Amino acid sequence: MRASKFLEEGLDPRVSALERRLSSIKLIAPVMSPKGGVGKTLISVMLSLALTRRGIKVGLLDLDITNPTAHMVLGVDIEKTKPVEDEGIIPPSAHGICFMTIAYYSGEEPLPLRGVEIDDVIKEVLTVTSWKELHVLLLDLPPGLSDEALDILKFLKRAKPIVVTTPDALALNSAKKLLKLLQEGGVKPLGVIENMSSNVASAEVKKLCEAYSVDLIGTIPFDSELRLCLGKVDSLLKTRVAKSIEAVAENVLKKIPP
Amino acid sequence: MAHEWALAQAIIESVEDYALSHGIDKVKKVIVKIGELQAIDKEVLSFALNELVKQLGEGKVDIEEFELHDEEAVLRCRACGFEWKLRDVKLSEDVAESIHFIPEVVHAFMKCPSCKSRDFEVVKGRGVYIESIEIP
Repeated sequence: MRASKFLEEGLDPRVSALERRLSSIKLIAPVMSPKGGVGKTLISVMLSLALTRRGIKVGLLDLDITNPTAHMVLGVDIEKTKPVEDEGIIPPSAHGICFMTIAYYSGEEPLPLRGVEIDDVIKEVLTVTSWKELHVLLLDLPPGLSDEALDILKFLKRAKPIVVTTPDALALNSAKKLLKLLQEGGVKPLGVIENMSSNVASAEVKKLCEAYSVDLIGTIPFDSELRLCLGKVDSLLKTRVAKSIEAVAENVLKKIPP
Repeated sequence: MAHEWALAQAIIESVEDYALSHGIDKVKKVIVKIGELQAIDKEVLSFALNELVKQLGEGKVDIEEFELHDEEAVLRCRACGFEWKLRDVKLSEDVAESIHFIPEVVHAFMKCPSCKSRDFEVVKGRGVYIESIEIP
C-alpha cells in the first residue's frame, strides 16, 4: 500500500520537548517587570545564591537574550567557562548555581535579534539544556512585555512569576500592568518584591498586592554601594541587600512544592 | 554525548505527540530537515534517533524509519536586501561551534557582506525540523 503523507506544514520538534525537559524542576520562577532598571538581574542572582546556601539545588537561566549580564554579577568568566555536552547541554556551576546564559556562545559581541529570533533562542535553550533535578529554576527576564515574557507564559504553564517593582510611580504602573496580564492568563504569581525601598514596605506596593491578591515576599532597601560589589560574590553577600534577600529566600522556600 | 541526543529526543517526542493526537499508531517514515547553519552531526543524530526509538514503551507509536535531508542555509539582509549563502562565508571553528549550539548566535559573528548590518534573517536552513510524517 502506498504511504500517505501527513503534516501539511513542518513540525518544530522543540515545542513538544521543552516542557518535558523541565519536568524534574519543582518550581520555575521567572523574575519579571515591564520596567527596566528595577533590579531583576541582581535579585535573580542574589536570590539564587541565598537559596543555594540553604542546600537546595538551584538553576539560573539568563533570558535577557540580547543583553545578558547575570554572568557579570556572578563574576563568571564567559571566555573560560563553557557548558559541556551530555545528551544535551549541562549548565556550568557558578557558586553552586547551575548557571546558563547565551553569553557562553555570543561572548562580548553585540547580539541584535528580532522577535522571531528571540523566540527561536528561547525554544532552543529550553530544549537542549539539561537541568536534571532542581528545586528551583529562576529565569532572569529582560524588561518589557514582549517575546521573552510571552514565550515563558506560553510554554511554561506552571511558571510562577516573581514581580519586581520599586516604590516609584512608573515602576508601580508597570507592575500593575504585568499583574493584570498574569491575572487575565490565570497565572498565579509567586509574589511581589519591592526593591530600592526604605526599610518598610510602601503603602502603594501593599495596596497593589492586595488588589491582585498576591503576597509581598520581600522588601529590599536601596544600597548605593552595591554596584561596587558586582562580580564579587563574597562582597555581595555582605551587603544590606543580601540580608533582605535572606528573608525573600525563606518565603520562596515555603512555596516550593514537595 | 553530543547535544544531538537532546534534539533526537525532541524529534521522537514530537512525532509521538503528533501521532497520538491524530490517532496514528504506526509511522512509516519521518523526514527531518537539517539546516546547514546548525551544522548538526548527521551520523550522531541518526544513531541517536535509531537508539531512542527502540526505547519507546509498549503502546506507544511504532516509528519505522527516519530520513535526514540537508537544507542549504540562505541569509538575507533586512537593511539592504542582499542575499547570500552561508557557504560563501568563512567561519572560524570556535564561531561555528557556538552557532551549532544556538544558531541565532550567528548575529554576533556575521554581518551582511554588502552593507555590514547585523540585522539579517536566516531565510532557510536554520536548524532541525520535521518536514513530513508518512503513515503506511
